[in-house]
Amino acid sequence: MTTADLLGKILQVVMGLAVFAAIVGLLIFFIDKAPKKGRDYWQLVGFLAPAVILVAVGLVYPAIRTSILAFQTSSGAWTFDNFVWAFTQPAAIRTLINTVIWVLLVPTFATAVGLAYAVFIDRSRGEKFYKAILFMPIAISFVGASVIWKFVYEYRSGDREQIGLLNAIVVAFGGEPVQWLQTDPINTILLIVVMIWVQTGFAMVVLSAAIKGIATEQLEAAQLDGTNGWQRFTNVIVPGIRGSLVVVLTTISIATLKVFDIVRTMTAGNFNTSIVANEMYTQAFRASEIGRGSALALILFVMVLPIVIYNVNVLRKQREIR
Amino acid sequence: MSIAPPDLPVGKNRGALDATADAEASGYVEPKTIRVKKRLTSRTATVASLIIALLWTIPTFGLFISSFRPAELIRTTGWWTIFTNPGFTLENYQDVLLSTSSSSPQLGSYIVNSIAIALLATIIPLVFASMAAYAFAWMRFKGVGVLFVIIFALQIIPLQMALVPLLQIFSTVLRPMQAWLHDIVPIIPEQNYLPLWIAHTIFGLPLAIFLLHNFISEIPADVIEAARVDGATHGQIFFRIVLPLSVPAIASFAIFQFIWVWNDLLVALIFSGGTQDVAPLTQRLAELTGTRGQDWQLLTAAAFISIIIPLIVFFSLQRYFVRGLLAGSTKG
Repeated sequence: MTTADLLGKILQVVMGLAVFAAIVGLLIFFIDKAPKKGRDYWQLVGFLAPAVILVAVGLVYPAIRTSILAFQTSSGAWTFDNFVWAFTQPAAIRTLINTVIWVLLVPTFATAVGLAYAVFIDRSRGEKFYKAILFMPIAISFVGASVIWKFVYEYRSGDREQIGLLNAIVVAFGGEPVQWLQTDPINTILLIVVMIWVQTGFAMVVLSAAIKGIATEQLEAAQLDGTNGWQRFTNVIVPGIRGSLVVVLTTISIATLKVFDIVRTMTAGNFNTSIVANEMYTQAFRASEIGRGSALALILFVMVLPIVIYNVNVLRKQREIR
Repeated sequence: MSIAPPDLPVGKNRGALDATADAEASGYVEPKTIRVKKRLTSRTATVASLIIALLWTIPTFGLFISSFRPAELIRTTGWWTIFTNPGFTLENYQDVLLSTSSSSPQLGSYIVNSIAIALLATIIPLVFASMAAYAFAWMRFKGVGVLFVIIFALQIIPLQMALVPLLQIFSTVLRPMQAWLHDIVPIIPEQNYLPLWIAHTIFGLPLAIFLLHNFISEIPADVIEAARVDGATHGQIFFRIVLPLSVPAIASFAIFQFIWVWNDLLVALIFSGGTQDVAPLTQRLAELTGTRGQDWQLLTAAAFISIIIPLIVFFSLQRYFVRGLLAGSTKG
């Protein structure tokens, strides 16, 4: 990078900030100087316009357009071919199956381990430190996490010393080293491990906060009734945090459905590891199969939908109970 | 409409977290809590939590150790043999950061790109979102409620649904504009950050509006009304009262958005073009993993550089970050 490059970049940021400040300044100026007649209305428009326009142009219109593109051939004729492809080609079917496996395993394990950990360390000495350890992967990018785990899964052929931790353990117990990321179906599971590793901290933090919301009196009352730790866990703690459990499971499920970076960085979807989010990118932006990519995006949206609807229903029922 | 944002268990969690954080900060724990604590924690639980903590740390720790080992040692020995095969070097970092030879990763420019992208991609959505949140919370108009629910509901649209058409819009509208910018100010490259700033702003807005609205709508009505009676305009109320009062919410979302943008790969891959002029660190790292997958001395150092900034942000502002995460646990 030369000094001129750096100056150019700094100039870009400064100009970007200046233009943005000018836009906001002008907007506020006109809002305050709006004509007397209908001033309230103009003020509302001024405050809402930037966000609404951006979201309409950048999200609403594209989402509609993608839905249409999914039902068109590259020449613009209407067709179901993209969906036929997605549900009949062996590779595409495998992608769908993998996605289902991901969305079943990641939320379950991340939430279970996160909850167990949250209960174990609750009010223990050094709780903050313990939390930070498990929570740290959230701040790490999926790409960074992928490099970290690729190193764990690294394979060395023959009698050479293994530098990947997993193979070193296998060899230490007298096994043969495995090419983890190339071996189907274990490779998909190992990619899932990375996602669980990232998401568990999130589950732990949210659930831990919920556990702290349970009244100490309740736990003491259960204690006086002669319950053991497990009974208190299932009868007091779990019902007490049900709402947060639903939120955590939902959020992780949705994040898992959309995860793209892990597969992209670790295997690029080769060796039967692809999932819908990754395949969407590959089809639309690598293979220029816009229709197929759009169909996969639509499938992804349809997969997210029931999870969200379920979540909303649970929350609504809870409100009715209260 | 069935979606009812204010009833998400956000407030409750936030309150609980604050309460514990405060208790921890003051060092005061109820005696009753201690009694219960003793009964809840057992030796098995301690051992189990230790094992989990270890499992979660070792992978990162291994990468960290390796990034300081000479290339030859990384290639031939496991990092856990560091004591039997000692070796410490800063060469890997020098190579990925400072070397100008075309074969080295030259991370310097990508770091600058990441900072430039994350900076504005955090500020712009925050300002626009807080303006919108203020309007939704304090300007009464027919249809505003429905509009808010629509924007809230947009969170469930996966990024993937927007990418193809957005790229088409960018190439027909934004590209010519960038070329025009380049013509006027030649030092600005034709490939610039504008598409990334806009894309991240758009994708960050629905969640930002929702979170800030939750906060801004809880400002006491008396405060706003008093200002109105004194003749303050909406602009003045927004800048003098609402923004200063919303600092905690803004801070937590800012950290959240910053880390999210910093860690993003998908948006970067599609809108950056992948050159040193624009592409962020994550994109370069992903590229290295593909093309230089066996050069572990480069990968380990590069990966560590890419995670160090979000980790610093995370550890120094952990409390705000956690709060943003708890409040944002519905992000779709």
